Amino acid sequence: MPLVLNEEQRLLRDTARDFLASNAPVAALRKLRDTRDPLGYDPQLWRKMAELGWASIILPEAYGGLDFGFLGLGAVLEECGRTLAASPLLASAVVGASALLLGGSGEQKAALLARVAAGELTLALALEESHHHRPSHIATTAVADGTGFVINGSKTFVLDGHSADQLVVVARSSGEERSTQGLTLLLVDRASAGLSCQRTVMADSRNAANLRFDQVRVGADRLIGEPGQGWAVLEPVLDRGRVALAAEMMGCALEAFERTVAYLKQREQFGVPIGSFQALQHRAAQMQAAIELCRSVLLQALSAVDETPEQLPMLASLAKAKLNELVKLVTNEAVQMHGGIGVTDDLEIGFFLKRARVAMQVFGDTGFHKDRYATLCGY
Amino acid sequence: MSDLDSFRQEVRQWLQQNCPESQRQPITPREQYWGGRRGSFPSEDARIWYERMRERGWIAPDWPAQYGGGGLSEQQARVIKQEMQRIRARTPLYGIGLWMLGQALLEYGSEEQKQKHLRAIINGETRWAQGYSEPGAGSDLASLQCRAQDQGDHFLVNGSKIWTTAADKCDWIFCLVRTNPDVKKQEGISFLLIDMDDPGISTTPIALISGESEFCQTFFDNVKVPKENLVGELNKGWSVAKALLVHERKLMAELGSDSPRKVVAPNEAAHKYLEFDNGRIVDTQLRSDLVDYNMQMHAIALTHFRTFEEKAAGVRSAAPLVMKYLGTEAEKTKSELLLAIMGSRGLGWEGDGFTAEELDTLRLWAMSKAMTIAGGSSEVQLNVIAKSVLELPQSAQV
Repeated sequence: MPLVLNEEQRLLRDTARDFLASNAPVAALRKLRDTRDPLGYDPQLWRKMAELGWASIILPEAYGGLDFGFLGLGAVLEECGRTLAASPLLASAVVGASALLLGGSGEQKAALLARVAAGELTLALALEESHHHRPSHIATTAVADGTGFVINGSKTFVLDGHSADQLVVVARSSGEERSTQGLTLLLVDRASAGLSCQRTVMADSRNAANLRFDQVRVGADRLIGEPGQGWAVLEPVLDRGRVALAAEMMGCALEAFERTVAYLKQREQFGVPIGSFQALQHRAAQMQAAIELCRSVLLQALSAVDETPEQLPMLASLAKAKLNELVKLVTNEAVQMHGGIGVTDDLEIGFFLKRARVAMQVFGDTGFHKDRYATLCGY
Repeated sequence: MSDLDSFRQEVRQWLQQNCPESQRQPITPREQYWGGRRGSFPSEDARIWYERMRERGWIAPDWPAQYGGGGLSEQQARVIKQEMQRIRARTPLYGIGLWMLGQALLEYGSEEQKQKHLRAIINGETRWAQGYSEPGAGSDLASLQCRAQDQGDHFLVNGSKIWTTAADKCDWIFCLVRTNPDVKKQEGISFLLIDMDDPGISTTPIALISGESEFCQTFFDNVKVPKENLVGELNKGWSVAKALLVHERKLMAELGSDSPRKVVAPNEAAHKYLEFDNGRIVDTQLRSDLVDYNMQMHAIALTHFRTFEEKAAGVRSAAPLVMKYLGTEAEKTKSELLLAIMGSRGLGWEGDGFTAEELDTLRLWAMSKAMTIAGGSSEVQLNVIAKSVLELPQSAQV
């Protein structure tokens, strides 16, 4: 499997870097935060991203997609991580689109994917019900009623949940409350009667929401895949989300690290650059070593989505766990090595620190993925 | 099928036909063949296997054929190594001459030196020791004091070298010696080849915490070394040493995948020594340590593959420079993990109270401590990363 980007992917990455530097620097996120922007992202920026084809990178050409695969997507998301660009790219064009791609009917794909690819329609996955990622612990119910379903329950930490046009809701139609059996995926329009939404303001100034479903009715045509068989779609969708998020986290870690190394060369104390102190050099070198490992793991996991999906569960957990550890280490060290200014809001390092903490919880924290990896190893 | 793929088929077939069954088992130190005048084959099969490989040119597959090598490309040599690992074929000839000196001679040696020494290494006629470190020159290798004074037609060598592997069994030693004490320390060093039979040389073994004494201290007392034994230019030995160090670190980083000993895998050990409940290790701390180790090794293996792919694609990255540090630290972690998994069964020093595998595990644990010290300590590796990759300013102390 390729562990080196090809020409096309490198070009995609370089284009993304240039575009984001001028269109979505960290200052743009600060502005969204300070103005308490009701949408939480800039729709004009999202339109431009869609024009560049980013919303359709992983989609087949039949649905208006670029079909560049996950290595291409990873190259773009990594650059988004470098500037902390807020957009529906992950929630809609990766996670939401993958749910339709892997589980949707021909009609659903034809009706929705081209619009998702064009950035006209946004999706969000309504999954979590507690403060920890437990993808099979679903109490929200979907009861068959006449020709459709009635949904009741609550969801939390729904990424882009307050702004998405349609929600992919994970509900239980049968089985025990913690079982992977009996899950059903349903598409719900955000304007549906009985659906209420509370936007949650998170540390990273990005977008998440609590949703409440009170007797929300959907038609049978809104079912994704088979009733009760949702896990078979949900698990690979989550793994794709984990790997894509890991790419964004890589960009976040690299940017925080590079800014820190530059500061070590520039900041003088005791008459010398602080980067000449071995106590700091060794910690910086250890971070470089960790980055090299994460780079290989990330590329392998991205490749696995398209080439060896049977290896994806293990590689996605490896990638998410390793990147969780990396962003935690690097953002903490970035603050510490910047000294006093590291804890000021003026310096952008704090934005990386906060984004890292949110990303670490999304789609599974380190403990979740270590446990999953150990189970897959047979112990 | 690419040329490399068909080459792989050819190698696979040849190995299948020529590697004796007994030479496809994990090897113990007593079963290794190191060559040299004092060396002998541990078994008849080991001799047959070595001779077949030598005739095929695969003792040193990527050395030029005119010096006894196979004349193959680096990629082809790697295919041979991979195919040997696949069937667990033993390394037919061990030696620092083969792994280290050969590279230096190919790059810096005179034609006479190549003719004289390379084939002798491949033929198992000479076993080499490495004379770098001194009692007062470890991590600060360039401060070495072993003197070689120019006496017209020869150098007169005085001083001592430490950590000379099995010097008491070696025929020759390659040394870094001080040929000019009056310049910057790196600029007064030369690379010399010395015959261990020369008068004035003596060796003393050093007992280690592992119970072994594979290393010696070697003393030079007015040893006369002919001028033609200088490798490269006078006072330019540091360049040769640096090139070799890069090579050595690569070898050490790969050691984990090519260990000469019977190594228990931590996952197998877990199933053998730990309590399971419903398919899970009951001890949550050990389960967590084991998964940390497995994830780290998975990441390191992928990074090894990445360095190969980058090399083939002509892409430069920092990955090769971090591998010695990561690989040797992971080996140490593994040894500690095995001891923890085996409990008191992992603490046996000798005797019948423990299996051979258990005894080996403890000895390897003790030996693993040297891995993050030899060939540039972990701390030195981090200095190198800070300087060459991150380009951080030099600290006052170094």
